[in-house]
Amino acid sequence: MNHATRAAKFIGDADRTTWHDETLWFVRTKRDKAVYAVPEFQDLRELASQIKNHTLSKLDFYLEQFEEQAKRNGVHVHWAADADEHNAIILDIIRQHNATRIVKSKSMLTEECHLNPHLIANGIEVVDTDLGERIIQLRDEAPSHLVLPAIHLKKEDVGETFFQHLGTAKGEVDPQVLTEAARQHLRARFLAAEVAISGVNFAVAETGGIVICTNEGNADLGVNLAHVHIAAMGIEKLIPRLSDLSVFTRLLARSATGQPVTTYTSHYTKPAADKEMHIVIVDNGRTKQLGRPDFRASLKCIRCGACMNTCPVYRRSGGHSYDATVPGPIGSILSPNIDMKKHSSLPFASTLCGSCSDVCPVKIDIHTQLYKWRQVLAEANEIPASKKWSMKLMGRFLTSPRALGIGGKLARHGIKFLPYSLTHARHFNVWAVARELPEPPKQSFHEWYKQQQVK
Amino acid sequence: MKVALFVPCYVDQFYPQVGIASLQLLEKLGVRAEFPAAQTCCGQPLANSGCERDALPIYRHYVDTFAAYDYVVAPSGSCVYHVRKHFDKLEQTSDVQHVRTSAYDLIDFIYNVLGVKEIPGSFPHRVGLHLSCHGQRGLHQANESEMTPVRDGQLRQLLGSLEGIELTHLDRNDECCGFGGTFCVSEAAISARMGQDRVADHLRNGTSVLTGGDMSCLMHLEGIVRRGKLPMRVMHAAEILNGTIS
Repeated sequence: MNHATRAAKFIGDADRTTWHDETLWFVRTKRDKAVYAVPEFQDLRELASQIKNHTLSKLDFYLEQFEEQAKRNGVHVHWAADADEHNAIILDIIRQHNATRIVKSKSMLTEECHLNPHLIANGIEVVDTDLGERIIQLRDEAPSHLVLPAIHLKKEDVGETFFQHLGTAKGEVDPQVLTEAARQHLRARFLAAEVAISGVNFAVAETGGIVICTNEGNADLGVNLAHVHIAAMGIEKLIPRLSDLSVFTRLLARSATGQPVTTYTSHYTKPAADKEMHIVIVDNGRTKQLGRPDFRASLKCIRCGACMNTCPVYRRSGGHSYDATVPGPIGSILSPNIDMKKHSSLPFASTLCGSCSDVCPVKIDIHTQLYKWRQVLAEANEIPASKKWSMKLMGRFLTSPRALGIGGKLARHGIKFLPYSLTHARHFNVWAVARELPEPPKQSFHEWYKQQQVK
Repeated sequence: MKVALFVPCYVDQFYPQVGIASLQLLEKLGVRAEFPAAQTCCGQPLANSGCERDALPIYRHYVDTFAAYDYVVAPSGSCVYHVRKHFDKLEQTSDVQHVRTSAYDLIDFIYNVLGVKEIPGSFPHRVGLHLSCHGQRGLHQANESEMTPVRDGQLRQLLGSLEGIELTHLDRNDECCGFGGTFCVSEAAISARMGQDRVADHLRNGTSVLTGGDMSCLMHLEGIVRRGKLPMRVMHAAEILNGTIS
């Protein structure tokens, strides 16, 4: 199944599509208001872009600096080449403490590595504590958005899920009541947890500290209550200095939700007395992406989700239509790096309108990379054969003005003289699903111009 | 000044009136543009499908056809954007470099090269402006809502100078229409829905004439307008501007 097929399924529910589109557009509009209010916002984007470019160009240096500082702070640092190593390291730490109850705050990396199923298969209870994450965990679904993981669900869906799993009243849809139920449910898990796993928004090389940005404070509650804190981060999360951080915190929340800053911006540098802190630094395909000059800049991503909120395709096809850990435009340039075959349709799930690149707080040239992935995929024969051959044919055709003239004339006459039911048959003219064909003119411009010259 | 008119392949076949309006409009503004008969296409449909390699002969044909002109003007920002941005795949001979910088969208050419900021004439209609992404975001012909709340641009200014015209205030000023080249068939469901939403925005806010600088978006939107039998005319901006100058 490709993106188009999954998207068509989503869009089949027209009302829900409208609701999804408008909900995310509302977030985009909130972002706009917050951005317009900061006169230097475009300068901040440029600065952030340059800081990230610089960091990526000296990533080996900053990674080692970070490790050294973190160790000096008393933090255990682990290196994971791929998802399996990441999962094994974390399971190992949990087992060393004979722990079975884990709370986790939102981390797309653990999602990417499929940590939850791995822990559960090994007899560990792991509870996602971000409200949206918890909802989809109860439903056994994947997140459909980077920062709004349950945005595909309406409050009625949440009510039904909580009725089934948390014992709220059947038909309860009041967000206040549902949130309170989740609070009480999660509170018990927080208090019982032996190990807390978190993601990382920024890792500061000069201090060896990590920064986590949340709105719910769930990461802080989990980390401060549990005896052991495991933070998992991709190698691209680094920034050189603490003084660079404010550039990103000013951009992140504004771009994500239109807030000036996230409710909590928490710094974790060293473990509290009698506690343990681990940082797992993960590659999982990132160095491969770093080695692709055309796609390197995708590693600048700070996971704000703005490209999803702005993407007219994402808003109308839903996050699950991408069938990837990171959906939307940024996911469509990250995912083919991980599995080109599986994600071959994603770079085509775009009109290349460019709004994603314009909204990106770190200036990733997303739509240009989508275009470039298409070239890579076609060269690797990962596009439909029919498309490949028709394009080859078209290539021949479009270098000959004569052939184009004859072909065009045939097409115009075809539309004119063939029965409407045939020219607009939806089986082989997909255009006609929702659109009329242009009314064929008598003459092409070429023909008209030639006639004018004769006169 | 030696100016060529580049008429995109689909405009040539299905919207010759847009090519005619472009030619006449340029002439009224003092530019006699030639139409080199050997021209075909910019190659974008192939390249956007991932088949850039198959498009190279088309690129070369374009360069051969247009290298001798000071400016190549097209009523389509998308083709111009493609020539400027993606002809980097060719060896950068002086001819290639020249055609890349001499390619101009018609409106951009009128506004920036000819320096024409106002058009004499009247067009007493409610006009909705569709900003095509490649012209707007690619060639910077209009402000982007991602950057600023100010809704301004070349076409808005030119149209706004017409007497009696009323420009529609859209809910979403610059959302993509969903045409996207081969996207319109490979992702037909999303493409159609995007177009329907765009048209609905215009309808809701009173557009009676829908216009823009790029016929490809307009072809898609016109297909939706006609399917829905909606009370809206679709015209390329060149047709409006050409019609108002006597």
